[in-house]
Amino acid sequence: MSFSHAILEKNVVLLAVCTLITVAIGGLVQIVPLFTIEQTIERVEGVRPYSPLELAGRNIYVREGCYNCHSQQIRPFRDEIERYGHYSLAAESMYDHPFQWGSKRSGPDLARVGGKYSDDWHVAHMIDPRAVVPESIMPAYAFMATRPLDYSDIQAHLKTLKLIGVPYTDEMIANAKADLEAQKDPEGDTAGLTARYPKAVVSNFGGTPGKVTELDAMVAYLQMLGTLVDFRNVKPEQLRQ
Amino acid sequence: MPTKIEKDAVTGTETTGHEWDGIKELNTPLPKWWLYSYYATILWSIAYFVLYPAWPSLSGHTPGVLGWTMRGEIAAEMEAAKAAQGPMLRRIAASSLDDIRKSTDLQAYAMAGGRSAFGVQCAPCHGAGGAGAKGFPNLVDDSWIWGGTLDDIYTTIQFGIRNANDKSRLSQMPRFGVDGMLTAAQIDDVAEYVLSLSRRSRDAGAAKRGEAVYAENCVACHQEGGKGNPEMGAPNLAANIWTFGGDKATIVESVRNARAGSMPAWIDRLDDATIKMLAVYVHALGGGK
Repeated sequence: MSFSHAILEKNVVLLAVCTLITVAIGGLVQIVPLFTIEQTIERVEGVRPYSPLELAGRNIYVREGCYNCHSQQIRPFRDEIERYGHYSLAAESMYDHPFQWGSKRSGPDLARVGGKYSDDWHVAHMIDPRAVVPESIMPAYAFMATRPLDYSDIQAHLKTLKLIGVPYTDEMIANAKADLEAQKDPEGDTAGLTARYPKAVVSNFGGTPGKVTELDAMVAYLQMLGTLVDFRNVKPEQLRQ
Repeated sequence: MPTKIEKDAVTGTETTGHEWDGIKELNTPLPKWWLYSYYATILWSIAYFVLYPAWPSLSGHTPGVLGWTMRGEIAAEMEAAKAAQGPMLRRIAASSLDDIRKSTDLQAYAMAGGRSAFGVQCAPCHGAGGAGAKGFPNLVDDSWIWGGTLDDIYTTIQFGIRNANDKSRLSQMPRFGVDGMLTAAQIDDVAEYVLSLSRRSRDAGAAKRGEAVYAENCVACHQEGGKGNPEMGAPNLAANIWTFGGDKATIVESVRNARAGSMPAWIDRLDDATIKMLAVYVHALGGGK
């Protein structure tokens, strides 16, 4: 018996039911894998939400469109691993909203730039990239060194991220402002900050003591990128997907 | 809709039998080569599903009979590269810096490996050729802030300067102006004296007054005649080689607000063989002692 479209074309109920089934299959193929996404995130230790100052820096990173030229994703190829370090894990960007993987590398990958250079270098480089890398084509961001960071709404940022699944605690949200200021002041009391955000680096990032500039936030963010997971303690089976 | 399949007179192909307002549709068959290629790709995809990771499931995905993973492949590739470099790297790790320099093959290997690591890790601050930049020391001259022997360079690369590592090289110049230890006039005089050390002072009176200020405040670290002290990271002030700049305004700023360059502790990021290769390479850039 040969199939004839005439049956479907002349029977509107049958047509509707078959259309529904077809669309449902298409929908399931797209949606079902999303429920298994947890399994693709490696169980590694150390990844924590961004500290308020780092988060403010990240917001500037997004605002300035750094992702247009810098990726944050080291691919599992030997040449990339030799240059940038261990390939990136899904776990390392699980608190990124939106993630900054990027797809273009006019500049180098930044996924593990944290700790690679000194704060002084970042400051000199942001103010005038060609002062330290003569062949650089990066624009200068000197204005960040003097522009005060607007962090009046930092609590709201933490709250919003909590709403979409980043595990900020009420304590973190309550202390957001104090933590932001503490991370920029090496002389101050930072016990609370480092308890809430392990491995948070406290430094006078942007080099202007007393006030928090956009450059402070930017350098704080860059200096923590890729530093949270200690790969000496990661076993091969934890990386199996 | 009448369905009458006819043979088209012009092309000799059958029609589909559909007709709209006298317009009929030809039922031209697909080219055979295209059709069989299409079937081949379907077969290929079935083979792919069987051999490689393909279908998502509720608890992960089908692994495929080959058991291939991207991460498994890169792990094997890294392992193979390590095995190939292993014998040389082990010899370098086991040899003293002097022995590396004396052995022709180790020296050549260390220079190549050091050059490669330098390009990735060190060039952003010290420049691709090691000539440095403002605030980042030149490594090709023979003026060394923390010492220029192989061992000094090795230690500096390992533990860095003014960082969080326990063994980091540390020293802190006082902020003579900001903290009110010297007056603006005294700072001006001592800057003039520092200029005179490289015979660039134009004001002998101020330099003379500055000499007294220097003897009281600076000599402990920067030594008699400004020859510096690599033990404390106090740069030579007489060689007219400057990290932050040697014009008078910059020297005044250096005295007023102090300088404190820093460098990461590479022992936290690189293995010992790489650090040794870097030490040999940097030492050979031109200024090694």
